Amino acid sequence: MKKNLAISRAALKNSSLVISAAAMVISMLISALIMAICGYNPFEAYSAILTGAFGSLRGIAQTLAQATPLIFTGLAFAFAKKASLINLGVEGQMYMGALGAALVGITDLGLPAIVHVPLAVLAGFLFGAAYAAIIGGLKVKFGSNEVVAGVMLNSIAGYFINYLLNGVLLAEGSSVAQTERVCQTARLPRIFSSYQVTIAVFLAVVVCIAVRWFISHTVLGYEIRSVGMNKKAAETAGIHISKALIVAMCVSGGIAGLAGANQVLGVDRRLISDFSPGYGFNGISVSALAADNPLGVILAGLIFGILRAGALELNRSTGIPVEFVDVIQAMVVIFVSAPLMIRHMGKLTRIFRKKPAGKEV
Amino acid sequence: MEAVQMRSITKWFGSLCALDHVDFSVREGEIHSLLGENGAGKSTLMNVLYGMLPCDEGEVLIHGKPAQIRHPSQAIELGIGMVHQHFMLTPVMTVTENVIVGGEPVNGPFVDYRSAVRQVQEMIDRYHFGIDANTKVQNLSVGEQQRVEILKALYRGANILILDEPTAVLTPQEVQELFAVLRDLKAAGKSIIIITHKLKETAAIADRVSVLRSGKMIDSGLEASRCSVNDLALMMVGRKVDLTFTRRSQCVGQVAFEVQNLNLAVKGVPVLKNLSLKVRKGQILGIAGIEGNGQTELIEVLTGLRRPDSAVILKDGKPFSGNASDFLTAGVGHIPEDRLSRGLVTPMSIEDNVILGYHRRPRFAGKGIRRSADIRAFADEKLAEFQIKAETVQTPCSALSGGNQQKVIVARVFSEDPDILIAAQPTRGVDVGAQEFIHNRLLDLRDEGKAIVLISADLDEVRRLSDRVAVIYDGRIVAENDHDVWDEMELGLLMTGGKGGVTA
Ligand SMILES: Nc1ncnc2c1ncn2[C@@H]1O[C@H](COP(=O)(O)OP(=O)(O)OP(=O)(O)O)[C@@H](O)[C@H]1O
Ligand SMILES: [Mg+2]
Repeated sequence: MKKNLAISRAALKNSSLVISAAAMVISMLISALIMAICGYNPFEAYSAILTGAFGSLRGIAQTLAQATPLIFTGLAFAFAKKASLINLGVEGQMYMGALGAALVGITDLGLPAIVHVPLAVLAGFLFGAAYAAIIGGLKVKFGSNEVVAGVMLNSIAGYFINYLLNGVLLAEGSSVAQTERVCQTARLPRIFSSYQVTIAVFLAVVVCIAVRWFISHTVLGYEIRSVGMNKKAAETAGIHISKALIVAMCVSGGIAGLAGANQVLGVDRRLISDFSPGYGFNGISVSALAADNPLGVILAGLIFGILRAGALELNRSTGIPVEFVDVIQAMVVIFVSAPLMIRHMGKLTRIFRKKPAGKEV
Repeated sequence: MEAVQMRSITKWFGSLCALDHVDFSVREGEIHSLLGENGAGKSTLMNVLYGMLPCDEGEVLIHGKPAQIRHPSQAIELGIGMVHQHFMLTPVMTVTENVIVGGEPVNGPFVDYRSAVRQVQEMIDRYHFGIDANTKVQNLSVGEQQRVEILKALYRGANILILDEPTAVLTPQEVQELFAVLRDLKAAGKSIIIITHKLKETAAIADRVSVLRSGKMIDSGLEASRCSVNDLALMMVGRKVDLTFTRRSQCVGQVAFEVQNLNLAVKGVPVLKNLSLKVRKGQILGIAGIEGNGQTELIEVLTGLRRPDSAVILKDGKPFSGNASDFLTAGVGHIPEDRLSRGLVTPMSIEDNVILGYHRRPRFAGKGIRRSADIRAFADEKLAEFQIKAETVQTPCSALSGGNQQKVIVARVFSEDPDILIAAQPTRGVDVGAQEFIHNRLLDLRDEGKAIVLISADLDEVRRLSDRVAVIYDGRIVAENDHDVWDEMELGLLMTGGKGGVTA
């Protein structure tokens, strides 16, 4: 009896699931407080979010549409994390992936959709991977910090694409910086004809499962994990550290590229300048909430998808700004990365609960 | 008067009962040796005393007063100091900074670094620790780092000092020096708890002995003078252990591995100077030396982790070079000297660690995919064969006791049946039962005709197992001879650079 108690208590304390759930709940509570201080009714807000996200087919479609890029970017971040790399270049890699998908997508190759779509998606993956390879290469060759390199390359990707969109790639007669529409044969099919969610949401789930499998069942995944947790031991074991780092970076970038491909081939059906409201950085929150677990990313992506979809609705019905979802996201990162804070909060509540502090077993 | 009284301490790790109603007490002014097999719960008990781990049941009294120790800072306030089995130093900081952290002398709002250096250097000199208060810890050898740990505890005014396997990394001379310090401290009324697997040391220094086995206190507070080393071994592992056992090589063959004129400079400082050595099939070459005389770098060169500036390496008479992976594939096994930094990826499971370095072998992987079931079966087998104390092979290595971590590494290397084995500190931190086991396996391997280079700070180990002994000093092999030519004192002298060695 006592033994079982000890097990469950220890399991509870250490489980990242508990920490993530607690972080989510606490963040939502604090956000509610902030909303109340700003003069909005938090109950109204959260119920509006829920009805917004689930109340209609449109809401559900919107939720999935919002979740898709978040799952990709969250997974991209989580994957790099396995090699203890902080890939802050996800945003740039996503843009490059979008470019790759667009280049293949707007070109009429005379191919049937069944070939053209995968080809364009693959181009998105490869462009993202290649762009991330630069960060990996800089790190391995010159020991440069991947965080700094990633942030710099984000700007470069943005400017580069804007340059192309205002020049060679600019759609004929368009006044906005965007490409021609992608060919019919290159479009990602939508699940509901009038909403933006595409079959890429399934691809996202499949990729998460594949990554999970890759990490635990392939030699390369094992080597990446080893390098991520102890470089010296990995070196001693004859593992090629540079190779593991570059592979991890490339796969991460490739997954980020898929987010871009979905945007181009499914959502906008063309490459538009500055299309991302910060999906790349939101990926950090998703990954944090998922405790860097690839399967957790699916769930975390959906949760943030719900919040975003609901918040869009909210904005329409109550006037509460969408940005407060960003507040929740930011807080989740803080709480997940500071699990001690949550534990201390847990202790506080325990003290309140039983004042005459009896000795704990 | 009892300095420490621990009553009915119980500690669970998940479903594993690490301490089961353990009573333990230490008198003021005594040196108390805590013995036990690997995973018996010694470190856990001391971590409870030091406030690093909460216990599930039981109470602690310090100098007769009940104490609630929930955090090391409270332990320090109560005058308890601890030197951990695995060091807890910040490598990029200096000795002084590491020692004073948490108790910095201040001058207004600033740390009075200059007087701190003076105080620390004074303590270093008083205890003959022979280090410079201004060096960065990352530039110190393992042995020196440990002295920094001891300094840290003394600096904070500890009068109850816990030493978790302090001698595992020290040479006999260093051990003698440490013991002199401990006797001084004892004379000053301090209480010392010392955990060690070297029973000779227990007999030499301890006043009383307590023995843990599988989380239970078997014997507590025995007079050390009334127990022989053999009694202690019997109490610890519950069977007779022969610690003097050895066999000599019956047939020494061709030279299997040879290094000629090895030169290596690290950051411009020559570390290995024209070093040559060779080991034959069916032979154990022991390398004796005080930590920090180039052993670490030598091991790195011998295992392909570091490229020498110049050297000829011959394997079976043919020139050989490459990286760590090439060395492993060519059958050069490696037991790293530092299990936590080089040996294991501690957050990973036992099954992942027990194949580390051999994970691409066909029996563990095919076409880039791991054979998970085979790996698990293999790990299960090793767990039983090497008596690694863990619940399952999925347990992360960070949850293993120090000795059991070492067994994971040893199991890994021995299972691969290497032609040449570079064994650095192979029995560091393992209990007498496991020492005997590992020694036997090393001898078996040699008798199968394998060549073994044994680098160890444990002179007994080197003298007992080696067929030939080489002494390394200041990056050179200063003497080499058959195992029985030098006695312990002569070896000790050679290791400190004394002359008189003959190389035959
Ligand atoms: N953090 C942990 N989580 C789970 N189990 C643990 C943890 N720390 C220790 N254990 C288990 O508790 C038992 C006692 O470990 P402890 O480290 O106290 O052994 P020890 O007597 O110090 O052994 P050694 O001589 O090898 O250092 C071991 O079986 C170990 O696996
Ligand atoms: Mg221990």
